[in-house]
Amino acid sequence: MTSKSREDAQHPPSRCPDNSAFKQQKLSAWQPELTPASVLSGFILIGVFCLTMGVCLILSARSVKEVQINYSDKCLNCSKLRENSSNWNTECLCSADFKLEEKIQGDVFMYYSLQNFYQNHRRYVMSRSNAQLLGRNTDIRNSNCAPFSTYRNGTPMAPCGAIANSMFNDTISLFYYTNLSTAIQVPLLKTGNSWWTDKYVKFHNPTSHNLTSAFAGTARPPYWQKPAYLLDEENERNNGYINDDFIIWMRVSAFHTFRNLHRRLSRTEQFADGLPAGNYTFHIFYNFPVSRFKGKKYLILSTVVWCGGSSLFLGIAYTVSGAVVMLAGFIITAIHLKLKKRKTYFQR
Amino acid sequence: MADPIRWARYHWQHLVSAEGRDGTNSSSNSSDKCYQSTKTTGKHRIVIPCLGHFKEEYEKVSKLYMNNRIRTTKYTLLNFIPRNLFEQFHRAANLYFLFLVVLNWVPLVEAFQKEITMLPLVVVLTIIAVKDGLEDYSKYKLDKQINNLLTKVYSRKEKKYIDQCWKDVNVGDFIRLSCNEIIPADMVLLYSTDPDGICHIETAGLDGETNLKQRQVVRGFAEQVSEIDPEKFSSRIECESPNNDLSRFRGYVEHSNKERVGLSKENLLMRGCTIRNTEAVVGIVVYAGHETKAMLNNSGPRYKRSKLERRLNTDILWCVLLLILMCLIGALGHGLWLSSYSEMPFFNIPEPDGKSTPPALAGFYMFWTMIILLQVLIPISLYVSIEIVKLGQIYLIQNDIDFYHEKMDSTIQCRALNIAEDLGQIQYIFSDKTGTLTENKMVFRRCSIAGHEYCHEENTKRLESYQEADLEGEDLADALCSSLSLMPKQKEHSCRTANEPLNSKSSNQAAAGCSASEGEDGASDIPRSRHVAFSSPIETDVVPDTQLLEKFNQISFNSFEQSEETDREQSLETMYITDFFLALAICNTVVVSSPNQPRQKMRLAPLGRIPIKSLEEIKQMFQRLSVRRLSTSPLPSAKESSFSESSNTFVGKLSIFRVKLASPAAEVVTQMANVPQTADRQQSPKVPPPGEQDAVDVAAGSKTCDPGPYLEQCPITILHYEAESPDEAALVYAARAYKCTLQTRTPDQVTVDLGALGSLTFQLLHILPFDSVRKRMSVVVRHPLSNKVVIYTKGADSVIMDLCSVPTDVHSSKMKQKKIKARTQKHLDDYARRGLRTLCIAKRVMSDEEYAEWLNSHFLAETSIDNREELLLESATRLETKLTLLGATGIEDRLQEGVPDTIEALRKAGIKIWMLTGDKKETAVNIAYACRLLEPDDKVFTLKSQNKDACALLMNSILEAIQKSIDAKNSHCPKLASASPGTSTPPTEFSAGLVIDGKTLEYALHENLQNNFLELTEKCRAVVCCRATPLQKSEVVRLVRNNLKVMTLAVGDGANDVSMIQMADTGVGVSGQEGMQAYVNLLFWYQFFCGFSGTSMTDYWILIFFNLLFTSVPPIIYGILDKDVSAEVLMQLPQLYVTGQNSMAYSPLTFWITLLDAFYQSMVCFFVPYFAYCGSDIDIFSFGNPLNIAALFIILLHLLIESKTLTWIHVTVVVGSILFYFVFALTFGAACKTCNPPSNPYWIMQKHMTDPVFFLVCVLATCIALMPRYLFRVLQGTLFPSPILRAKHLDRLTPEEQREAIKQWKDVCVVAHRVDFQGTSLCSSSVEDAASEKRQHQHVRHVASA
Repeated sequence: MTSKSREDAQHPPSRCPDNSAFKQQKLSAWQPELTPASVLSGFILIGVFCLTMGVCLILSARSVKEVQINYSDKCLNCSKLRENSSNWNTECLCSADFKLEEKIQGDVFMYYSLQNFYQNHRRYVMSRSNAQLLGRNTDIRNSNCAPFSTYRNGTPMAPCGAIANSMFNDTISLFYYTNLSTAIQVPLLKTGNSWWTDKYVKFHNPTSHNLTSAFAGTARPPYWQKPAYLLDEENERNNGYINDDFIIWMRVSAFHTFRNLHRRLSRTEQFADGLPAGNYTFHIFYNFPVSRFKGKKYLILSTVVWCGGSSLFLGIAYTVSGAVVMLAGFIITAIHLKLKKRKTYFQR
Repeated sequence: MADPIRWARYHWQHLVSAEGRDGTNSSSNSSDKCYQSTKTTGKHRIVIPCLGHFKEEYEKVSKLYMNNRIRTTKYTLLNFIPRNLFEQFHRAANLYFLFLVVLNWVPLVEAFQKEITMLPLVVVLTIIAVKDGLEDYSKYKLDKQINNLLTKVYSRKEKKYIDQCWKDVNVGDFIRLSCNEIIPADMVLLYSTDPDGICHIETAGLDGETNLKQRQVVRGFAEQVSEIDPEKFSSRIECESPNNDLSRFRGYVEHSNKERVGLSKENLLMRGCTIRNTEAVVGIVVYAGHETKAMLNNSGPRYKRSKLERRLNTDILWCVLLLILMCLIGALGHGLWLSSYSEMPFFNIPEPDGKSTPPALAGFYMFWTMIILLQVLIPISLYVSIEIVKLGQIYLIQNDIDFYHEKMDSTIQCRALNIAEDLGQIQYIFSDKTGTLTENKMVFRRCSIAGHEYCHEENTKRLESYQEADLEGEDLADALCSSLSLMPKQKEHSCRTANEPLNSKSSNQAAAGCSASEGEDGASDIPRSRHVAFSSPIETDVVPDTQLLEKFNQISFNSFEQSEETDREQSLETMYITDFFLALAICNTVVVSSPNQPRQKMRLAPLGRIPIKSLEEIKQMFQRLSVRRLSTSPLPSAKESSFSESSNTFVGKLSIFRVKLASPAAEVVTQMANVPQTADRQQSPKVPPPGEQDAVDVAAGSKTCDPGPYLEQCPITILHYEAESPDEAALVYAARAYKCTLQTRTPDQVTVDLGALGSLTFQLLHILPFDSVRKRMSVVVRHPLSNKVVIYTKGADSVIMDLCSVPTDVHSSKMKQKKIKARTQKHLDDYARRGLRTLCIAKRVMSDEEYAEWLNSHFLAETSIDNREELLLESATRLETKLTLLGATGIEDRLQEGVPDTIEALRKAGIKIWMLTGDKKETAVNIAYACRLLEPDDKVFTLKSQNKDACALLMNSILEAIQKSIDAKNSHCPKLASASPGTSTPPTEFSAGLVIDGKTLEYALHENLQNNFLELTEKCRAVVCCRATPLQKSEVVRLVRNNLKVMTLAVGDGANDVSMIQMADTGVGVSGQEGMQAYVNLLFWYQFFCGFSGTSMTDYWILIFFNLLFTSVPPIIYGILDKDVSAEVLMQLPQLYVTGQNSMAYSPLTFWITLLDAFYQSMVCFFVPYFAYCGSDIDIFSFGNPLNIAALFIILLHLLIESKTLTWIHVTVVVGSILFYFVFALTFGAACKTCNPPSNPYWIMQKHMTDPVFFLVCVLATCIALMPRYLFRVLQGTLFPSPILRAKHLDRLTPEEQREAIKQWKDVCVVAHRVDFQGTSLCSSSVEDAASEKRQHQHVRHVASA
């Protein structure tokens, strides 16, 4: 019997689990102990970082120059006119004057902004056909475009869907009064405003020898005044689906109040440094109705900095959180110092 | 919500498993049919042998019975998919997701692409199905193994017994089993090779009792000389329909001449038991397969729903409510938003007919859309994660080297996946006694004869030496015994769902090779351990007490007859001693066997003794060797000097010699066994032929005196005793140590080798077996020397003492007897205090006339039909009067190593322990004391009554008594009690123990009394249930579990279970999942800004993958690997366990705290980006991107904050998850031009990677979201460390510091404890309060999984 046990000892038992660190749960582990020292240094570090960041952000944001004009209020008559959808074909021109007290230096961007336009409505967001916009010949009746996919007679809409249909179609030009009477048009760039990938990858016109034939057999969306291939009559490469304004519109906004980049200042001649101070006026062909959904329209001239626009939120948020974290750190230090005298709290 | 589902599932399982069993064989039919058939025969079953002229009738009757194939699997290949799906859809969450999938197909409410909602469900279902499939497959393999075990079945064609698989055994088959084979089906015993028609079975596989039970051949068959011929068997058997009552079997055999012979439990061999000590048996199968008692008793794998899962279900219910609330808000919001427009805005898409949906209807649709949209609030992947976490935990548990049993080469086995996490929350432990708490090794410790105590100090020393040997691991026999006790048993095991045959499997396989191959059979040691059951050297080798041996030897040299007759003072004592040992040897039902020849009982023909040549040689050798010492010294001196140096060398030599000697001796024996004619007359070599007696005596005597393990090699110990209870065996071994050796036992005679006096053969007149009413057993023998009828009685001291009358004949002996009684009682009390099992031994000498008179009445009692039991009892009582007290014994059932410490630790950990045992009350209570389940200061109440009403009354009175004691305690120190108001500790330190016996338990478990009983037990610190049947045990467990809603653990045999429970405190929670809620809430917040139109600002693939991939692995890793305190510290501070246990109490709060935190986090995670991007030209999906990233960071960092340990695995996983997300998003953003309308993610991520605002937003959101929790943890960690945190702190210290700190901690606790005990609950309660305050936070993790 004893010899048997000796035999057993010679042959290592087969079922014995490995005595490895993993299997025995003895992996060397770092136990994040919340000691005053580690915690405090952490708090101070975070606090300092946030404060610095906040100050930087606030400073940057404040350097942004921005002009915002509510032209749906300024063009009340046009707004009223557009309220009645039967007047859709009537042109309405309106102008909005404003004055720049100081010049806006650098790249100036012109945005239009819509208020209370729920572009993020679920069914609105879905109402598009990416395949069609890529220039593919697809049957849009199977897409999400309905009910803006075909007309009753079966003619497909190009582009289809509610997003395209509701495209912002005010025509806006900016004039600068060099003196009280003479105004020159500020040169604005129509292209290069959209994402490069959108323009050259996601959007393509149907292939054909010319644009008109490419869109043959389709019809413009019901709200549109002109077909897609006439969106920009001056620039063949900014027409059809690859029109910048269209592409930008098709990138639906996250919130019901949003701005979309519309034009860029072409920095030529006296606008080489940006917009000089002085009187300006917007000439607007007012097409896009907003009063029906209690919306407002704005035009915005703004510069950009590394941290985006003029919003101070991030800066303030960083500053406040930095301050709070620092404060918490100090409070903890105080408590710790007080308790340290007791010195017993781990061994009580 | 959970209960009806469980109910349905349970019933379905039953239904299906019943269906599943049929169809495999023509003779096995569905149980429904079977029960129908039994109904027609009046709830009886008729068994007809499948042979000869019964054939037609057999086919008619028996085809309705199941065959012996068992199937414990749930699935078959065909039904796997439908059935598994069906089972899975019992889980509410899965149903919910199915509902979502269906909902998404409704065009009006469709939120995602139709296919995408199916994805998570399909993934989850697949994973679970694979897991279930694998589990079931292992069961299938096991079943197959069992079904294909071979047994000998009589074949009509070949007219002999042929090997057949278990599964092919049918009702009505004749089966022939050899020794140590496992019984394949319930059968009626028709033949046994034992001439007395007896067969022994071991029922350990069935009820866990390791002792042997006797079964008897059916009356009328026992008289047959030759083996029963199945061809000639023309009787039919009628018996009860299959039932699960192990202790009952009724029926009769109807012979062809219409004569009926009754059948009882004594005739039934049950499946799963093992044949012992009987060469071969033949039986006819009456129940097979799933209809056997063993299988019926095994109620099948109960679906053990873990506490976590149960709580999960309630939490999910809350989540559902929350979801509904959110959806309602969405619906209402959408309706209001729509109705705020006087005419339809053009971003609201009209219906195809040009009209718009009315706001109310749109709101209604929106409700369902929102349900789809926010579905992730009910985290489907949570179930999968938990499942995987459990797998991981079990993997670690199974690989834990601390659970490795070296001697057995086995590790812990977890059989039920779903309850691993409950181990850390056990509040009640139900433990078996034998083999779990104790080693089930009865060791003779002390005895008191004729009022004189012999404390056997040498024996105590020997036991100590064994303990050392134990530790060294050299004692293989001991190892075998412990391996035996480690065998899983038919009990509610914490980690098992497997069924009974599993246990018998391994033993059976090896059991095929019987005794001959025993030596080589090294790999599977279980069958070998069977042979040495109750006979490990620790039990068998009793070192006699010097003083007593001296006295006993004196009589040996005296003339026995003389001492019998005389009344002299000195010889009276020797007479007592002789009688005492005779009683020890005789008064039992021990079976004598030789381990070399288990098939053959040792039998002894009354006279013929054949001198064996080799035996003589042996003796000569002995003499030659020992002549130097033994011839010169008389026996006592040899014994005295046995410890001396010279003796030791002598012993050493002798032992070497004996090793050589052992084999020829064994050979002789085997040779003789091969000759059947001589087998009966065969005799073990130690019975000396007349004339050589002296020499052998000398040799034997010296051997008996040898201390230590050499003894086992001595030829004299070839005999093994197997008894119904181990203490009987212990007594016989004790007697043997004094050379009063029980040699053979047959139903009519007992032979005892009385040292120098030679063999005495007693005619065995009667055995009055032990019963719990009389609490004693008696044998009636005719003394061969005095030729008088002598009754030896052995029993509990309480009864024997009363029965001992004072002899009336001689005055002096009357005085003497009185004195003896008083002294013995004193000794008995002493033994009981030492936790020894006490027995009293008494005798009575009857005159022939008296005996004849009694015999007459006894015969009447035996033959009466009505109230036979009472009459027998009465008859026994009449016999067992006027006893003369001989003495008392103290036997120790050795506790397993470390049991008292473990129990103490468990109690410190706040766990209530119940001991459920089949043992008698006295034993149970003794053990309870010994293992410190009951403390000497405890007030022990005994619940024992004869009927229900009495039981109720008794319970009430005990309750009152307890209440009174508590009140009394309180009134002792009212000031102190009031000084600590609001303490959560009631004066539980008043410790009461409850002892209840099986009968009373039955009443107590009755519906009306249940609550009373539970109330009572809750007040008691420990509960001991004795004489409980296995079924009762499980009922008790169920009652407590269901009614007290606590975590329970039932421990069967297994020495290591206890430590497992403690280990489990390193238990783990699943955390981090609330991040998902935060994430879902993001979608909800967005609804406020999109007109409640159900827009998702995230690509839905990312939405789905977010749960399935990016955030699933880290929580799983944490779930598996996180541990708060190292095992070493935990083992030393069991108090820490309480925190895990109480998780329940604080969970509702923590759930809501977690929910609030999640709410806050989601708000931050949404509104920081919202305000940052508000009014800008950002598009929907570009806005969603920083939200995703921030959510990812929040979830992962939240885990970091919550986790207790960080290993490289954690770091890898977290970093990997983040990298994976970025890689995925970048790839997705680059590859997908048109996919996924509307949320085309093309180039969004790439664009963001160059945008500083994006990073700023993510960092800020993450910081703000996690700040409160981090702050809270910091404050908690530094200012108010919970016990767990403090213990964690200990881990970081150096070993010396740690030891010091633990000691300090313990001291504090001890002080607190003691103070508390005295009534001032101030100190401890403050500690407790502080601890409990923190507990809630400790278990955020647990709830986090919700």
